[in-house]
Amino acid sequence: MSELLADFFLLRDPNVRWVLAGTVLLGLSAGAMGCFAVLRKRALVGDAVAHAVLPGVCLAFIVAGDKDPLVLLLGSVIFGWISIVLMDYLIRESKISADTSIGMILSVFFGLGVVLLTYIQSSGNVNQSGLDAFLFGSAASMLPEDVMVFGLVSLLVIIAIILLYKELKLVSFDPAYATVIGYPMKRMEVVIGTLLVVTITAGLQAVGVVLMASMLIIPAAAARYWTDSLWVMLVVAASVGVMAAISGTFISYSAPSMPTGPWMVVAAAVLFTLSYLFAPKHGEVRRWLSLKKDREKIGWENILKTLYHLEEQDKNTERARTRNEILKKRRVQPEELKKSLQKLCKMNFVSRLPGEPESYLLTALGRERAERIVRVHRLWELYLTERLNIAGDHVHDDAESMEHLITPEIEQQLAVLLGEPTSDPHQSAIPYRHSDKGGDV
Amino acid sequence: MATFWIILTGSLAAAACALVGSFLVLRKQAMLSDAISHAVLPGIAIAFLLTASRNTVPMLLGAGAFGLLTVYLTEKLSQGRIMSDAAMGIVFTTLFAIGVIIVNLFAGQVDIDQDCILYGEIAYVPWDRWFYAGIDLGPRPVWILSFVLLLNLAFVISCYKELKIYAFDKNLAISMGIPVGIIHYALMGTVSFSTIAAFESVGAILVVALLIVPPATAYILTEKLHVMLLLAVFFGVSSAISGYYFAWWTNSSIAGAIAVMTGIFFALAFAYTKWIKSKTQKELKEAQIGQSVILETTSN
Repeated sequence: MSELLADFFLLRDPNVRWVLAGTVLLGLSAGAMGCFAVLRKRALVGDAVAHAVLPGVCLAFIVAGDKDPLVLLLGSVIFGWISIVLMDYLIRESKISADTSIGMILSVFFGLGVVLLTYIQSSGNVNQSGLDAFLFGSAASMLPEDVMVFGLVSLLVIIAIILLYKELKLVSFDPAYATVIGYPMKRMEVVIGTLLVVTITAGLQAVGVVLMASMLIIPAAAARYWTDSLWVMLVVAASVGVMAAISGTFISYSAPSMPTGPWMVVAAAVLFTLSYLFAPKHGEVRRWLSLKKDREKIGWENILKTLYHLEEQDKNTERARTRNEILKKRRVQPEELKKSLQKLCKMNFVSRLPGEPESYLLTALGRERAERIVRVHRLWELYLTERLNIAGDHVHDDAESMEHLITPEIEQQLAVLLGEPTSDPHQSAIPYRHSDKGGDV
Repeated sequence: MATFWIILTGSLAAAACALVGSFLVLRKQAMLSDAISHAVLPGIAIAFLLTASRNTVPMLLGAGAFGLLTVYLTEKLSQGRIMSDAAMGIVFTTLFAIGVIIVNLFAGQVDIDQDCILYGEIAYVPWDRWFYAGIDLGPRPVWILSFVLLLNLAFVISCYKELKIYAFDKNLAISMGIPVGIIHYALMGTVSFSTIAAFESVGAILVVALLIVPPATAYILTEKLHVMLLLAVFFGVSSAISGYYFAWWTNSSIAGAIAVMTGIFFALAFAYTKWIKSKTQKELKEAQIGQSVILETTSN
């Protein structure tokens, strides 16, 4: 195995060099082109076009009599184009919906391809062996001249994307605006369609028609989790495409009976899953962590508020409260209360007084913070009753959630808007804001 | 006799698919059939591998599990930063790729191969017999597909009113208190069953042709649901029969030929509607001209 790895990655085998060059170029172009398909919500159109080029390949073979890559390329581009035009025509001219039209073109064209393929197989043409590699791809069987043609096509797509970057960006994000400012939208549609068809065609030999769509969709979707900028997305998607291409090619190289396409897809899917989970800003793990942090913050803020309410009740800021007292005032899980109190002690908002049972007292810092929460809560209640004419007994729940969200700026605006009020709709005092200390944590 | 069994299998598959496919087309969820038909492959392959047989029950269980997984993962992914069509594309192509890899890894042990995945084995149906207590009851796929067809028929007939409202106006269905969730999942269930049952005979991709194209053909010809269902079944069965002879004539894949025939029927129907439309437009124009002539002469 290590011998095989070395052979492969040190490019000792000249054949490996060629094959790898071809698949890497494909990964680049498919990854980048896929971004536009995904952003324009045309992900499944790529799937249909990829399936629809099969009859083109077969017809080209029947006409030419051998597997000349240029002829096959031509056949597949023509059929890819026919499928796009037909799809658009059906959506425009009949009451068939877009997804039905995509599914119809996909299955009928692929059916035609299967008919032609089996016809060729039964016709006994000696050159036909290996034609079914176009179904699932076979990187191992790529010849230098195949790589030259398919790799060159990928290269052209990459160059076209770089040259047309500004136009593609505009058309992908705001087609309505592009139309309004007098952009030649029809021509752009043709250009994008052509690029899509050509990219798919370039993947024929490496990935195969059945799974080509996933090389367009998966890297682009993975990149979507890393960034909001188009060019970063293009770079990330292209990198994912390249990594998937290398992995798939290596597996196909080490076990030639293995089709390349499925392994490339699985490699891309693994990279997608990693992005989905661990991407720095939008990944699931990160989202889950920040959600947890928010929940914790709401938890301890509520306890802080409860301690303040208790002080307000008996006007005694000297007496420490036990956990049972807090629980009587606010319904929380005892476990959760314990955790929140620990957190509050650590942040120096609350001091713990030893004894049996333990009791807790607000520190000056904690009181200030609690005052702010209560102030925001009551300001919001007042705003809802005064400005939105909501009944006083309906505003508490809303304020319960808003008190954790309102920023100092909004707080300031509310106070000014309501004329620096001193009491809320329930005639409770609105704590005065002392300073900016103990602001947002 | 072999011809009869093959055509019967194709027709049963076409009819079963057309019935439930009609609702997919109406609900604009046609690509769901593509997703489900691809995604069940690993389930089928694993079931083959574990039981070392073509036993139907484990196969249904495996395929059903992966069908549900597809629906779940697609929903989960589309809550995030990607659109539902891309999410669907990721899930089903990945599962399909895993299925193809399993089939290739255990090529010696699994009784299916790449060709079977893509074209199915409808040509071998007559030899896939079902024996019960030593009695030959005929081809097994015919039994399975008949059962699925009856199931679909029972579903459509018993829930006809609910399905109709659900298909055309989901919000109305919700407001009328129709259990839309149950109807939806029951429909997905019948789609999955039909897909799996037809998969063996026609393969993963061509199932899509049977599910979508005949209903779409019927859809452009009529505005009435019951007529659409009948027409869809009619076009499906016609495609199966003509497809068989087309394949026999060109010496090619029967499943592929059936898919091509569904496309040809659609093209004919589409041309017909276009012709009707242009004819009525022409008549309308002539009538308008006639009217204006009358108006002019009377005003003169």
